[in-house]
Amino acid sequence: MSLEEYKGVFIFAQQVDNELSGIALELLGKAKDLAKDLDEKKVTAVLIGDKVGNLVDTLAEYGADRVIVVDDPELKDYRTEPYTHALASVIDEFKPEILLVGATAIGRDLGPRVSSRVHTGLTADCTQLDIGDFPLVAVPGQEQKHKQLLMTRPAFGGNTIATIACPDFRPQMATVRPGVMQKITPVKGAKAEVVEFNPGFKENACYTKILEIVKAVSEVEDIQEAKILVSGGRGVGSAENFKILDDLAKVLHGTVSCSRAVVDSGWKPKDLQVGQTGKTVRPKVYFAIGISGAIQHVAGMEESDLIIAINKDENAPIFDVADYGVVGDLNKIVPALTKKLEAALAEK
Amino acid sequence: MKVVVCIKQVPDTKGGVKFKPDGTLDRGAMLAIMNPDDKAGLEAALRLKDEYGAEVTVVTMGLPKAEAVLREAMAMGADKAILVTDRVLGGADTWATSSTIAGALRNLDYDLVITGRQAIDGDTAQVGPQISEHLGIPVISYAEEIKVDEKAKTVVVKRQFEDRYHMVEAKMPCLITALAELGEPRYMTPGGIFDAFEKEVTVWGRADLKDVDDSNIGLKGSPTQIAKASDKVKKGAGEKIVADSADEAVDYLFGKLEEKHVI
Repeated sequence: MSLEEYKGVFIFAQQVDNELSGIALELLGKAKDLAKDLDEKKVTAVLIGDKVGNLVDTLAEYGADRVIVVDDPELKDYRTEPYTHALASVIDEFKPEILLVGATAIGRDLGPRVSSRVHTGLTADCTQLDIGDFPLVAVPGQEQKHKQLLMTRPAFGGNTIATIACPDFRPQMATVRPGVMQKITPVKGAKAEVVEFNPGFKENACYTKILEIVKAVSEVEDIQEAKILVSGGRGVGSAENFKILDDLAKVLHGTVSCSRAVVDSGWKPKDLQVGQTGKTVRPKVYFAIGISGAIQHVAGMEESDLIIAINKDENAPIFDVADYGVVGDLNKIVPALTKKLEAALAEK
Repeated sequence: MKVVVCIKQVPDTKGGVKFKPDGTLDRGAMLAIMNPDDKAGLEAALRLKDEYGAEVTVVTMGLPKAEAVLREAMAMGADKAILVTDRVLGGADTWATSSTIAGALRNLDYDLVITGRQAIDGDTAQVGPQISEHLGIPVISYAEEIKVDEKAKTVVVKRQFEDRYHMVEAKMPCLITALAELGEPRYMTPGGIFDAFEKEVTVWGRADLKDVDDSNIGLKGSPTQIAKASDKVKKGAGEKIVADSADEAVDYLFGKLEEKHVI
């Protein structure tokens, strides 16, 4: 392949039930940012589904200059094969230099399948993306390539961190962890160039059949959107005792989240879980209350702007990442803090 | 019915990750174990053996010492074991790894291939779906339940998403990536352990891989390259007070929240 033919940053605009996933907008924000450092500034969203044309304007408002729409009845609900065919065909036709996909339950299936089909590298679950040189520092006897996508990701349960490049293949593909990249402030009324593209879909042995779709009934708030999170761990003691966290969250207009132990005990639903096997969050303030701070939990919240820990165990590892820590009894401290905040905020 | 389970030997992080005094990972101090999701996949395969008499073959790619996880798998009940090991396969990224494993699987008869969703060292979740593409068979990722219809040669899988699940039917042969939800892995039995060390582990090298080009294996066959790798520098601890009373704690926290303009 001639690498120069590949131009522009593309994102896979994931939609489910004709609603854009938050990650699609986050990827657009990052794509715009990356494009500034590239020769081709145009950002393209690839929208795949059935009758999804109504989502084009939202993508434009969040930064897409162009939207390629692959619309076909075969693409109604996510299935690996037709979606792979759609995205791989877009790559063949439009030749992106960079393709970003969300590291979601869809993207982590679609991304690898596409990368194998088009024969290019894929870096999983990235938390940072930059444009730079590869190798980072020039090595005698080796060509240093410029304007490469440098993909940074944690591995080993968040204990190690690696920066990966894909210098000799295109597109440079990454799946990106939800909740990490920033959306732009939407530009009302922005319009994108729309390209309809249909490669044709013919059933083959790889097509699967969806027999049933069962949606989880959930009224819970999205903890990835919260500015203030009041998070509880095993130390809270019981489902009932989460009330003191609810009260604190209420006065601060925050949201309650929790650690894995809390979900395992059945005190809170999985949607509220922060950590390696839950969600990654980066609120302005993260209260870790009765959370010991296992590495898997810390991996999901350490990017928070301000971390406040309350724990009775002086040696709890959560204090190693907390900006401010208090060793003490959460049952006394949390209600008292709520009361003081209530009084202070009432005065303002 | 024939089931192949792909497993990986990984360093154990469960008992806590060990660090050297300089703050870097102490890999040598951690045990090497069978990757947990792979073990759940093996358990699912062994249940198919219990139910349908399926023949279960385990395959791993790695250093010669990875034979240990194959022996463990046989002690749990796997029938055959294949170790794919060769110096030229080293340094492979997920693309080259999946290309290599696909080359090994082309030598085998199978109705199902099961891999774990992801390994606890790399956390990529890419190798399973990539193998399926190299083999040209359907993939169903994130499986919570597997039901096989031997006559119809189909499999129905409960496939997990963030806010829902799909019941998905695929034609066999098919590849499935396993979640821990598939079931608690069984223990090795004393008889099984004994048998496992009697049984032979088949060892394959580069020459045994079918239809794999030299340009698609090892470090050279890896489209991705590492620019920089480091152990994560742990964020330094901030302030900490030991509060003798709730009032003291509250005054302290209130002060900090004011200082940071949270309130």
